[in-house]
Amino acid sequence: MPVPELRLLTGGETPLLVAEGLTVRIGDHPVLEGLDFTLPPSGLTVLLGPNGAGKSVLLRTLQGLLAPVAGRLCWRDGDPPRRALVFQRPVALRRRVRAQLAFALSCAGIPRRARPARIAELLELCDLAPLARRPARRLSGGEQQRLAIATALALDPGFLMLDEPTASLDPAATLAVERLLARIRRRGIPLLLVTHDVHQARRLADRVLFLHRGRLREEAPATRFFTAPASPQARAYLEGRLLP
Amino acid sequence: MDELARAFGLALGLLVSGDRELYGIVALSLEVSLAATLIACLLGMPAGMALALFRFPGRRMLVVATSALMGLPPVVVGLFVYLLLSRAGPLGALGLLYTPAAMVIAQTVLVTPIVTALTRELGESLLAEYGDFLAAMGRRGLRAIPTLLHEGRHALVTVALAGFGRAIAEVGAVMMVGGNIRHVTRVMTTAIALETGKGEIALALALGLVLLTVALAVNALAHLTRLREAELAHARA
Amino acid sequence: MIRWMYAFLAILPLLLGAVRADAGERFIVLQSTTSTQNSGLFDYILPKFEQATGIQVRVVAVGTGQALRNAARGDGDVVLVHSPADEARFVAEGHGILHCRVFYNDFVIVGPNLDPAGVGGLRDAAEALRRIAAAGREGRVVFLSRGDESGTHKKERALWRAAGLDPTAESGSWYREAGAGMGATLNMAAGLGAYTLTDRGTWLSFANRRDLEVLVEGDPRLFNPYGVMVVNPKRHPHVRFAEAKAFRDWLISEAGQRAVASYRVHGVQLFHPDVRCGDMPTPEARP
Repeated sequence: MPVPELRLLTGGETPLLVAEGLTVRIGDHPVLEGLDFTLPPSGLTVLLGPNGAGKSVLLRTLQGLLAPVAGRLCWRDGDPPRRALVFQRPVALRRRVRAQLAFALSCAGIPRRARPARIAELLELCDLAPLARRPARRLSGGEQQRLAIATALALDPGFLMLDEPTASLDPAATLAVERLLARIRRRGIPLLLVTHDVHQARRLADRVLFLHRGRLREEAPATRFFTAPASPQARAYLEGRLLP
Repeated sequence: MDELARAFGLALGLLVSGDRELYGIVALSLEVSLAATLIACLLGMPAGMALALFRFPGRRMLVVATSALMGLPPVVVGLFVYLLLSRAGPLGALGLLYTPAAMVIAQTVLVTPIVTALTRELGESLLAEYGDFLAAMGRRGLRAIPTLLHEGRHALVTVALAGFGRAIAEVGAVMMVGGNIRHVTRVMTTAIALETGKGEIALALALGLVLLTVALAVNALAHLTRLREAELAHARA
Repeated sequence: MIRWMYAFLAILPLLLGAVRADAGERFIVLQSTTSTQNSGLFDYILPKFEQATGIQVRVVAVGTGQALRNAARGDGDVVLVHSPADEARFVAEGHGILHCRVFYNDFVIVGPNLDPAGVGGLRDAAEALRRIAAAGREGRVVFLSRGDESGTHKKERALWRAAGLDPTAESGSWYREAGAGMGATLNMAAGLGAYTLTDRGTWLSFANRRDLEVLVEGDPRLFNPYGVMVVNPKRHPHVRFAEAKAFRDWLISEAGQRAVASYRVHGVQLFHPDVRCGDMPTPEARP
C-alpha cells in the first residue's frame, strides 16, 4: 500500500470550501459550535475525533441534509459541487449490483443508453465486476461498502464524503476499501473521510481536521498533525489516552 | 361432525364435477376482488408512502383515520356505496347498482384504507433504512415514492394479499350493492349466505371450503412468486 | 415499478370491462323477498319467463320493507312482496303502478316438537301466541321474531295485536328479535329450540329443521298473499317499463299462474295462484 504523497496547500490553490463559524443544533442541543476550516480542492482530508465529537453531523451538514443555525459555507464555485456521501452502514438496495448502479446513474440524470458503459467502468474501478449479477444484499460487508462507494461515484461527484466506511470490516476488506480510496484520490476527487482509527488516518490523510466535543481543535497537514499535534486533546488522542 | 363430513364430500364433489354455476361464482368472486384489490393498491400504495414521507398539518389525523378505517364493517361500506349508487343517490344516473362494477367500488372502498395503512408502516421502516440515502441521491419528496415502492415490493405483495383476503371474504358490502343476483352478482360469500338461509348447511359449508381453497391457492401462488425474488430482499448477515 | 403501474392502468379498463358484461342484454331488476328466493320459487319459474320473453330477471331478495324502500328510490323495475297494507301505501304514494295480487300461501307457527307451550294442533293463532307468551314468562320457551320489518315480521306483529299483547316490551327475555332473513331466523330457531312464525314456502324447502315442526296452521289470519307492482316510470324514467310490465303480465297470465302452481317441494305445492287486480279486499276478509 503506497503511502500517499503529502501535498500541502499552496497559496495558488483556491480551497474547495471555506467554513466560517459553522454552528449546528439538533433540537436545542448544540452539536457543532463555531467551526472555521477550509477544505483543499484535492487530496484526502481525514476528519478525526472520538465518538460524539460531531463528525457525522458535520458530514450531513456538508451534504446539505442538515442546515446550520449560524455561520456559512463558502464553496469555491458559489454553489456547492455535486456531493456524495457514503454512510457507515452501507446501503444495499433490494436489487442486483448492476441494478443498484443503474438506479444511482438514473438519479444522476444519466440517459439510459449511456448507463451500461458507466456501470462497467464503476464495476471495474471498485473491483465489483465479477459480482455484477449478485443481489446487493447478498454481498459481504466489504463488498457492500465498495458497492456503496461505487453508488456514490455514479453521481460523478466533485466532492466525496465517507462516514467511517471501514468501521465494521475485517483487515482484508479494510485494505480493499483503502486501495479504492487511493484510486479515487488519484482521480483528483477531493475526499473527506471520517474515522476514529488513528492508524488509518496515518495511512491515508493529506490533511487532518480534529474534532472534539463539537469544536474544531486542530486543522493541519497530516505530517505536522501526527508529529507535532498542537492541541492537548489531539495529543492525548494520538497517544491513546482516554479523553474526558 | 356428520355435517362436516357431508360438507367435505359435497365440496369435493362440486369441485370435481366442474359445476358451471359454481365456477361462474368463483370466477366472479376472483374478478371482483382482484379488480378491487388492484385499484386499492394503485390508490393506497402511493398514498401510504406519501403519508410515511411527508409531514404536514393533519397528517396525524390521516394516519389515525386510515388505521381506524382498516376495521370498517363491510355492511357500513355497502350502505355508503348503496346510497351513492342508488338511483336516488348522487351517482344514480350511472346505473351501476346491482352490477359487478358496484361490487368492485364497494370492495375498493373497503380495501384501500388497509393497503394505505400497511404501506405507510412499511414506508416508515424503509425510510429508516434508506431515508438519508435517498435524500443524498437527490430523490426527495414525491420522487422518493417510486423507489420506496420498488424497494418494498416484496412486502407490498403481502400488503396486497391482506387486502385481497379482506375483499374476497367479505359479504356485507357485496350483498348490499350487488344484490346477490344469480348469474350476475352472486359471489362465493353471498352464495354461502343464501344457502345458509335455505338451511342447506352442508352446501353452505362446502362453498366455504371452496372459498378457503381458492384463498389458499392465491396465497400459495403469491408465495411462490415471492420466493423467486426473495434473494434480492435477503437481509444482510 | 413505474412501468408496472402503467401496465396495471392499461389493463384496468379490460378488467372492469370483463366485470360489466351487461351491455345489450335485456333485463329487469326485481325487488323481492327472501321467502320467494329461499323457497326456490324463482329458480323454478324465472327460467320459464326468460325463455318465453328473452328478458333476464335479476332478483334482489331482501325483506318486504327494504324491497319497497329500495324500489321507492328507483333501485328496481318491478316489485314482488307480501304485505298488502304496505303495497297499498306504495301505490297510493305513487311509487308503484299496475298492482295485482298474484298468488298466496300461508304462514305457520313452528316450534320444538316437545312443545312446552302446548300450542300443537291449535287453529287460533292469537290463542297460540298468548300461550307462548305465558310459557315464555315462566322461562320455559323462547319466541324468535324476524325483527327486520319484513312482510313476515309485519304479519307477526298484527297477530300479537290480535292476541292483545305487546311482546316488544319484553324483548330480550323470552321474546327475541333476530333482525335477519327467514332462513337465518329458522336456523336460529332450530338452534335455540324456539317458536317462530314462518311462511310455508320457506319452511317446506328449509333443510335444517332439526326438531322443529309445524304446530299451528289453518287460521284465516295466517293467510299470506303476494302482490306484484311495476315501479312508476313517471317517478323514475330509467325504469325498463316495457320489460317490467311484461313480467307482471306474464305472472298474472295463464302460463305464469300454471308455472307458480306447478312448483312443488317434496311433492307439496307451495304457492297457490290467485289473481286479483285493481281494488282488493283486505287480507283478513279472505280465508
